[in-house]
Parts: sequence; C-alpha cells; structure tokens
Amino acid sequence: MRREDLVCATVAVLAEAETVLPSWVEEAIREAADRETSPIARSQLEAILENVEIAAAGGVPLCQDTGLPVFCLEIGRDLPIPPFLEEAIAEGVRLATDEVPLRPNAVDPLTRKNSGDNTGPGMPDLIIDLVPGDCLRITAFPKGAGSENGSFLAMLNPADDPLSFVAEEVAKRAGRACAPVFVGVGIGGTFDLAARLAKRALLHMPGTSQMDRNLLTEINRIGTGPMGLGGDTTALAVRIETALCHTASLPVAVNLQCWANRSSSATVRDDGWSID
Amino acid sequence: MEHRLKTPISKEDVAALRAGDLVWISGTVYTARDRVHALLASGEDLPIDLAGAVIYHCGPLIRDGIVLSAGPTTSGRVGRFTREVVDLGVRLIVGKGGISEDAEALRGRGAYLAYPGGCGALAARKLSVRRLYLPDLGMAEGLWELEAEGWGPMIVAIDSFGRDLYREARRSEMRS
Repeated sequence: MRREDLVCATVAVLAEAETVLPSWVEEAIREAADRETSPIARSQLEAILENVEIAAAGGVPLCQDTGLPVFCLEIGRDLPIPPFLEEAIAEGVRLATDEVPLRPNAVDPLTRKNSGDNTGPGMPDLIIDLVPGDCLRITAFPKGAGSENGSFLAMLNPADDPLSFVAEEVAKRAGRACAPVFVGVGIGGTFDLAARLAKRALLHMPGTSQMDRNLLTEINRIGTGPMGLGGDTTALAVRIETALCHTASLPVAVNLQCWANRSSSATVRDDGWSID
Repeated sequence: MEHRLKTPISKEDVAALRAGDLVWISGTVYTARDRVHALLASGEDLPIDLAGAVIYHCGPLIRDGIVLSAGPTTSGRVGRFTREVVDLGVRLIVGKGGISEDAEALRGRGAYLAYPGGCGALAARKLSVRRLYLPDLGMAEGLWELEAEGWGPMIVAIDSFGRDLYREARRSEMRS
C-alpha cells in the first residue's frame, strides 16, 4: 500500500461525508417528513432536506459542526500493516481541514487550546476491525458535539429493564441532539465494551431486528419530535448490539447520532484506492 | 403568524411574538457560545452594544470572510446565562434545543427562536460576515458580527409570556 493513496482516500472520504448525506439517511428523513402529522415538526424535516440539497450542490459542509475525525478501519488479515497507517490518516485530516474546509474543533480538554487542524493527542480516533482479505477499508464517521453530548452510559442492575431506560433517556436528550436521531445501543460487555458496541451499532445502521423496531416505536411514542419541538419523529432508526456481561452487571451505553448521519467509505489496495 | 423583523429589536417586536409563530430576521446578528458567555458572566465588557440585539448560539464555519455553514449550536450549554444576556439588552436569542430551565429570564423581555439544527448550509445563504471580535477564541468560539438578510424561518419556541414549546412536547409525552 502506498502512503499517498491512504492520504488521498482519507481526504476523499472526509470530504464526501461532510457534504453528501448517505442516500438511505436522506430517504429515511424524507419518509419521516411524509408521515409527520405536526406542522412544526414537518417544517424542521423539510428544512433539513433543503439543507441537504444545498450542501451537496455547493460541495459545502451540511453542518458547521464538522465534528471530530472518527474513522473505522476494516483491515484485511492478509494485509501487512503499513508503518504509516495512523500518521497518513492524520495527514489526510489536516489536508481535509484546509481543503473541504472543516472547522477546527479539536481542543485540549483542560486548557481548551485548539490544535488548529483537528489532529493531536487521540485525534483522529481510529476504530479498528480485522476482517478477511488483503485490503483496507476506511470509513469516515465525523462526530459532532450535539449528539455526542447527548450520549450516555449506565451500569444498571441486572433486574432493571434496559430498554425502557434507553427509551426514556433518549426521549429526554434527543431534542438537544438535533433529533430526529439515530440511536446506537450497546448492552452488555464491560464498562468500555458497552460504549464500543454502541458506537459500532451506529456504524452498522440501520437495525433490522424486532427488538430494534420495538425500541424505535417506544422512543417515538414519547413525542419529543424533531429538534425537541414535539412531533412523531424523535428517532429514525435504532440498532442494538450486545455482548456477554458479568452475571452481576448490566452495562448499557447509548451513542446518539444527529440526523446528519455522515459517513463515507473507500477501499485502499496495493495498487490504488477507490470510493466505495 | 409571520413576522419579518429588522434589528435593533424593539420591546413591541418581542411582545408581538407568540410561541409557534414564524420569524425572519434582517440586520445584525452576533454569534455567542460557551467562551463568549463565560466572558460575559465573569463581568468582562464585550466590545459590542447588545441593546435590542439578536444573539445566535452558533460557531460558524467561515473561510476567507465567507460564511460556508452556520447552523445553531445546542443552547442548553449556555442557557444558564440567559438572565445576564437579557439584562444587557438582548431581545432575541436564536439557537436549538431550547433553554427551558432558564426560560423565566425571558418573561416580559425577550424570546427564544429555534432554527433547525444541523442546517448550516441553509443558514449560510442568508448570512454574511461583518467582522470578528475576540479572534483569539478561534473560529467556533469567537464573537462574529454577521449580517442577516431575510434569514429564517425560525419558530418562536419560547415567547415572552412564558409559553415554551419544548415543555409542551414533554408534557404531551407524560399524557401518552
């Protein structure tokens, strides 16, 4: 794998994710707008759809909060891991910050000093999965603060009902997280595994199980609505991922994603790269 | 009802707004988020006059003096400064997600308008840059003076009579 291919692929997926909403996400918003019975709620969904058109046509970021640079890397087990892996992706983020452009969002958590280019300690954040094959698939998943701030984790008691807990908490928080939201739920595992499951649930959207659909119905029944202004559409999709947990534990994590569920993927091979 | 307002905003402008009404704004809009509110709360003099002003909870994406994307940020983070902001003369606050815990500070004096969250590219078409105050705070946190041209529609989400659409959405949740 050539370093410059990985740099270029990083810039390309970040640029596309920031400006073009995945078509299934746009379709989900359009269907919600058609179903919505509250006029105020419908006006919010229609504004979102207009915004999506303007951003794509002009090649400008959908949202001024261009997020923190989060990437999912699916690394083929037959691929020799390139020594420049992390450094080339960071270089791609710096270039994209200048070229797209992206808002510099990454600050030191204590001094609040902005690094200026969205990179620095811990950033970009790389989520690594090993998969069959000899390619590298890179997915940009920029994460804005509105929905990240609405995310939560709780260590429940085994006797508690995790799904009602999630429905009530999401309904409370979604208005400030730019609803309609996507809800990634991790149940089980350990303290940190639950959070990782929740993040992966977002990456594996939309959910299709009966439990996913039931939780979606339960969240939307509560009526928080788009932007918290009331309405039928609080969430667009839910996905629950689980792992075994200790018999004495019940970790539950929810990673919220605002309606701008931005992502874009590319595959990098020995001899080049292409957007998926 | 629909309202097309020009800055500075008068008492009468505010008194005419009812929750659920639509508003378009032309004139001067100041961005203010966490850092500007922290300065304000610490008693620091801001370099602008806020009498009759519109403040926008927003950290815009701006390149070469052009507003590229400028949707609202979550108002809940700065809601606790609402009384200080209104005391300085601000009459309209534009943001997303509401400031329900601090809405009392608006009674008889101001209103909170909701602009659809995430709609940065849409908002940018109606906003241009006049100048940047406090540039050391950076692009997102700096205090931008923007010029709005028929910018809207926003929804009156909290009016000066105490009606709050966010609370009503939560009340309807309890009934169901």
